[in-house]
Amino acid sequence: MLGIQARKSNQVKSNRVKESIGDRIFLGGIYLFLLLLLVIILFPLIYIVSSSFSSALAVSSGRVFLFPVEFSLRGYEVALSNPQIVTGYANSLFYTFFGTIISVTLTIAIAYPLSRRTFYGRNILMAFLVFTMLFNGGLIPTYLVVKTLGMLDTRWALLIPAAMGVWQIIIARTFFQSSIPDELAEAAELDGCGDLRFLWSVVLPLSKPIIAVLILMYAIFQWNSYFDALIYLKSTELYPLQLVLRGILILNTTASGSMDAQTMLERQQMADLLKYSLIVVSSLPVLIIYPFVQRYFTKGILIGAVKG
Amino acid sequence: MRTIEVGLPTKQPSTLKSSQFHLAKKSVKRHWQLYLLIFLPVLYFIVFKYIPISNAVIAFKEYNVVQGIWGSQWVGFANFQAFFSNPVFWTLLQNTFFLSLYSIVVGFPIPIILALCLNEIRQGFFKRTVQMVTYAPYFISTVVMVSMIILLLSPRLGIINQAIGVFGISSVDFLGNPDMFRHIYVWSDIWQTAGYAAVIYLAALAGIDPTLYEAAKVDGASRFQKIIHVDLPGIMPTAAIILVLGVGNIMAVGFEKAYLLQNPLNLSNSEIISTYVYKTGLLNADYSLATAVGLFNSVINLTLLLMVNSFIKRISGNGLW
Repeated sequence: MLGIQARKSNQVKSNRVKESIGDRIFLGGIYLFLLLLLVIILFPLIYIVSSSFSSALAVSSGRVFLFPVEFSLRGYEVALSNPQIVTGYANSLFYTFFGTIISVTLTIAIAYPLSRRTFYGRNILMAFLVFTMLFNGGLIPTYLVVKTLGMLDTRWALLIPAAMGVWQIIIARTFFQSSIPDELAEAAELDGCGDLRFLWSVVLPLSKPIIAVLILMYAIFQWNSYFDALIYLKSTELYPLQLVLRGILILNTTASGSMDAQTMLERQQMADLLKYSLIVVSSLPVLIIYPFVQRYFTKGILIGAVKG
Repeated sequence: MRTIEVGLPTKQPSTLKSSQFHLAKKSVKRHWQLYLLIFLPVLYFIVFKYIPISNAVIAFKEYNVVQGIWGSQWVGFANFQAFFSNPVFWTLLQNTFFLSLYSIVVGFPIPIILALCLNEIRQGFFKRTVQMVTYAPYFISTVVMVSMIILLLSPRLGIINQAIGVFGISSVDFLGNPDMFRHIYVWSDIWQTAGYAAVIYLAALAGIDPTLYEAAKVDGASRFQKIIHVDLPGIMPTAAIILVLGVGNIMAVGFEKAYLLQNPLNLSNSEIISTYVYKTGLLNADYSLATAVGLFNSVINLTLLLMVNSFIKRISGNGLW
């Protein structure tokens, strides 16, 4: 892909010499449009980050616009000293770490056999998987299964029921199919190397890019999801961060009691600031891995698109 | 596999069966480790995808916890009738449909336009920045996304209201206005996913045969003509598939964002089928009714997808499968 892009940019360059006025205006318009888009997307993000580094008073009096006003880390101090948030953060790390391990392992365990041409029944198996993309039992029937298994209100409810995605299986299968030649597997077989050993010591080391894609996809999904936690969990000490955030950011549950007007006002201002800081804190892990995400996610989409 | 399929018509059914059986036996013997490997994943799909489908029979029953799924009394289509005759039925259908339609009408062309624009400009810092920035919001979680919407649109201190306040307009409670719900939902979605959706079109554009551009140049095509006559036809197959998926899933609006954006004031437009299923099923514990509603929705969806797919197949020769 890079090669093609490079070729294309050369082409554009050679075009530029005799570009007509109409074309130059058109191109100018495109630059302007993209610049506008950039501003529209960046502004809310910058505004949120700047607010989170401002003082509570500056935020609630609406003085923040582009840069932090009265720089302060108070919002972060409050966020990180809130036991609910800290527990949620730890829980989310737990769910993301173990959930991703389970998801990636299971996905490879079915995607690799599906990629082997000599594996009898692969078409039926594929149909068996794809059907679940088209039709599902729905919320309540799935809930009843989780309930029957005794997973309700346990950590398992977030690790197992949504462990696998058919889309991810297809991506992994397509990758194996196109990058592990059948001849290699046959040669290994002739040498007395079993399928599992071949998978472990030949396929996996050759498949680091797809493993990275799967890890990122599942990890981000797990970190960002709140729905399963909402329906399966009751105990707040099991809540992942997203559900804690929902309580604080959307339902506005702040501890209130009898207090005078002054503390009330301060508390309200603090609650406003806290929201901005929380948004930043909760998105931090994804932000840190974003460079990898950008690289590998694109790859994943493209492998999937080959099939589509 | 392929050679067997080709050989199918010439063989007798009986020998076919036995040769298939023979093949299966050989494969199991050769790949027994792989069959072992798929055991857990297959079990996962049976337990979490296929058993729920069989559990959906409670849509035709009056489910109660004591008698369980199979012991509960059959009631035929009573749950469906109750739903269809409920005045909320048409509201739900309309809300779901219009929200989805709006999403497609706006959400389909914008990523294409973005990709076409990005494709026009030179590789370099600006292009990389635009791509990086437009792609990033996709990874913001729904909870955070909705919180951002609420904060930015807040009548008390949201930046949008402050901005229009400058022009002397009094602050507007955007989220409290049912008429604004669809706009907020759809446009925030575009803000979040346009960059991500454009990636696939960029790949399609990169795959266009360079000789076509050369030819267009020789013919003296302008940039705009080149987009219309080379770029657009080049991405048409990709766009068609994405449109099929969109139309096929028109009744399957996700629960997550709509539920978080809901409040008592905008409910008349924001209550959609999936949020209704959640509320009747899990909050009111009316399992049977909620399952019936969900099943109704799934069946409509599947029908739509099959219809759209066969339609596309007829006109373009290849659909999704």
